[in-house]
Amino acid sequence: MPPSAVKSLDRQALQTLPKPQRLHPLPIRIMHWVNAVAVFIMIGSGWKIYDDDVILGWLHIPEFLTIGKWAQHGLQWHFFGMWIFGLNGLAYLAYGIATGRFRRKLFPISLRELLTTIGDALRFKLTHDDLTHYNAVQKILYLGVIIAGILILTSGLALWKPVQFSALAALFGDFQTLRIVHFLCMAAIVGFLLVHVTLALLVPKSVIAMVTGGPSIGQTVSGRGTVEAASR
Amino acid sequence: MGIHRAGRSLFRPQKPVNRDVLTAHRRLLEDIDRRGALRGALSLGALTLLTGCDVTEEEPVQNALRTVSAWNDRVQAALFRPDHLAQTFRPDQVVKPPRFNAHYDPAEVQPVDGASWTLELSGLVADKRPWTARQIYEFPEQEIIIRHVCVEGWDYIGHWSGPNLRRFLEHVGADVTAKYVYFHCNDDYTESIDMATALHPQTILATRYANDPITDPFGYPLRLRTSTKLGYKNAKWIRGIEVTNTFTETFWSGQGFNWFAGI
Repeated sequence: MPPSAVKSLDRQALQTLPKPQRLHPLPIRIMHWVNAVAVFIMIGSGWKIYDDDVILGWLHIPEFLTIGKWAQHGLQWHFFGMWIFGLNGLAYLAYGIATGRFRRKLFPISLRELLTTIGDALRFKLTHDDLTHYNAVQKILYLGVIIAGILILTSGLALWKPVQFSALAALFGDFQTLRIVHFLCMAAIVGFLLVHVTLALLVPKSVIAMVTGGPSIGQTVSGRGTVEAASR
Repeated sequence: MGIHRAGRSLFRPQKPVNRDVLTAHRRLLEDIDRRGALRGALSLGALTLLTGCDVTEEEPVQNALRTVSAWNDRVQAALFRPDHLAQTFRPDQVVKPPRFNAHYDPAEVQPVDGASWTLELSGLVADKRPWTARQIYEFPEQEIIIRHVCVEGWDYIGHWSGPNLRRFLEHVGADVTAKYVYFHCNDDYTESIDMATALHPQTILATRYANDPITDPFGYPLRLRTSTKLGYKNAKWIRGIEVTNTFTETFWSGQGFNWFAGI
């Protein structure tokens, strides 16, 4: 058979196979980077707003780390960013639940694996050969940051509209408690980002994977199908 | 990869470059390279930090942000529940005196002379006769103990009394189908609220705080208190009320703060 015939046959065979799935499907990659921009805006502008009436007397965010010249600009950015963060976040949650991605990727979390991973991490023995599998610490961090994201959005809505959304606000207690919850969620997300960005930069292929989609995973029957799809 | 293949090109010198020059000045070249890379990295890093001071002040960015802020006004108007009451509190939770806030210090407050003060009415109001302080103080009072929420993030519980704004507007024959109620203040401050908020049961023209007449720093003789707006919407030292369908920027909205400012 001439080489071209082999190629076309292969292509036919590929088409009948189930579509190979990338580690990070396109919707995930889009939502990840949209979220990156939104979180950048929300944190920088939030710090600007925070500085007008600090919660912790010793903590003033340096001007150069904040977004917006004056408080009103910080507020403008914040109430612009909230739409991106909120809508993108809702789309992400819906996608994660509907496709079963959360269930597949984040569960189950075993205590034993968690302890082993922490031990490995402390001895600098963590490997990143397999991007497709999350270790227990990663699962907990990702789950935690998703929960912090939900909490910061709901506490933010209640802070924005404590009267119109009074039932939601009442769940958090007092108005100042609400502010503290919102602030602590920010601190948790910033803490996550420090670890997340540092580790991503240490393992550059993980950043590339979040752009290109990364390796193909499971779901294809033949090895060749996977390879071909991966090298597309 | 075709790009890196060194083929014959019109733009390539026919003779190879004398590489001795490069080896002779190797250290210098490396140094320049290092400095360039360092400078590049620094400016790239600085670019991300510059958002705070430069990018946001660009005219198109400002316009876009203001457009979103105007959109947020409409969203807030849609979210507003005309009959939904804000939480009220017990007298023992009231902070005395109230917390001062203005765009200047308490020492700079120009006290209003209650004896000569009048409240002017303008716009879509049938009975435009001015009101004296005595007349205002004789109008039926409503008492509310509500939370004051400042855009900065602080809050306190205050005990306010005075004419209910809806009753007052109806009393003077204001067109309550108009869009806005404007407040013109003695310190040249202006604020305005949407009619739905003006007609809310917890919107009053306050004359008393904790049963005593409001003192100078807090808006004597007349100020607005509404449970559904941020602090800066609650105009102090009111000297005029205007009912209108025409929007004009207010003291803070003109500076980029959100106009609706509902809570």
